[in-house]
Amino acid sequence: MDVKEIIARRVAQEVREGMLVNLGIGLPSMVASFVPDDMHVFFQAENGVIGLGSRPPEGMEDRDLTDAGGGFVTAVPGAASIDSAMSFGLIRGGHLDMTVLGGLQVDEKGYLANWMVPGKMVPGMGGAMDLVTGAKRVIVAMVHTQKGKSKIVPECTLPLTADRRVSLIVTEMAVIEPTDDGLVLRERGPGVSVEDVQGATEAALVVHGEVPEMALG
Amino acid sequence: MKQRALKPEEAAELIPEGAVLLIGGFMGVGSPHRLIDAIAARGVGGLTVVANDTCRPGQGIGKLVDAGLVAKAIVSHIGLNPEAQRRMIAGEMEIELVPQGTLVERIRAGGVGLGGVLTHTGVGTLVAEGKQIIEIDGRKYLLEKPIRGDFALIDARQADYVGNLEYTLTAHNFNPIMALAADTVIAEPHHIMPVGVISPDAVKTPGVLVDYLLERAQ
Repeated sequence: MDVKEIIARRVAQEVREGMLVNLGIGLPSMVASFVPDDMHVFFQAENGVIGLGSRPPEGMEDRDLTDAGGGFVTAVPGAASIDSAMSFGLIRGGHLDMTVLGGLQVDEKGYLANWMVPGKMVPGMGGAMDLVTGAKRVIVAMVHTQKGKSKIVPECTLPLTADRRVSLIVTEMAVIEPTDDGLVLRERGPGVSVEDVQGATEAALVVHGEVPEMALG
Repeated sequence: MKQRALKPEEAAELIPEGAVLLIGGFMGVGSPHRLIDAIAARGVGGLTVVANDTCRPGQGIGKLVDAGLVAKAIVSHIGLNPEAQRRMIAGEMEIELVPQGTLVERIRAGGVGLGGVLTHTGVGTLVAEGKQIIEIDGRKYLLEKPIRGDFALIDARQADYVGNLEYTLTAHNFNPIMALAADTVIAEPHHIMPVGVISPDAVKTPGVLVDYLLERAQ
């Protein structure tokens, strides 16, 4: 299984019936395809739709219905179109049950950096700062290492996205939960040992007893 | 009161050098494209553009950036416009990056007579630099100041003859908020309909806020 699929499948297990969920662009947007069809969930795109649906058939796209990455989408029955003040009111006001975002770094405090690399890449924060500040659960979905370097670090060296501890970090190697006691290793990736995870992780990991392997079904 | 309908080039002529423009749209969706084209063609620059993003080169607001007409952009995202990044790094264009939810509320504050917004978004990050922090019931908030424009350039699905506006799907975005926050509001509706076609319940921007409509595309 491709690393991104491992991550998307595992994150999809965090989605629960009845949730309002925002998926970031790129890898996080893959999560939707692994949520069971019979589970009633609304996906929000912060550009202004609750009830985001899959890509329309070729030739059926509506130029006024896109996701936050600008890609053509559909809307599911029960969908609502909203303006940006309502959209971010939902996000900042604690009405969003879960957000899934990509990450550049996450540190031992559970702080996320995902919006700029000074001097190299300054795309802007878009909606990320509001999402991390306001969502009930914040899940970081990212590959474990970048060019061999751990993205889970003792302390973020890149500018932070928010002063809030994220809820869960999901990579192809591990599921990690930031807690008061530090980063707790909850699960191992397929075919990966605890030692493998520790070897690929610059930050200290807390290991309690047996760490199960992700059950990806 | 009936609206006056302008040709795009007549609307562009209203906009002087150095004007502050609030421009609706999210990656070009819900942007007033005919107005943008007319402003780019006229070539009057030194503009401050307040918008969600700088779109892409050759597209929407990106056309104003390409033409070198934007002195400053107040936006949440420039990641899909390498030309905007290049101009920022070269010092040809000033960029103020604002979290998206903060940006829309700053514009809303400007439009509804509020002296600012208190938000936790940005606390403990670079966004907080130089800003006043106010603590309320034990939680810290940044004081974010209102934004107003000289002009708001609005895209709408349809207008009626008195300027009531109705929007569609993800083309709402910043448009209904910006329509409150500028001295002169120019709307570019896709259709202009007789009064009564838009139900009062469907009106998101009341016509009293709209100064000009762009006439229908030829």
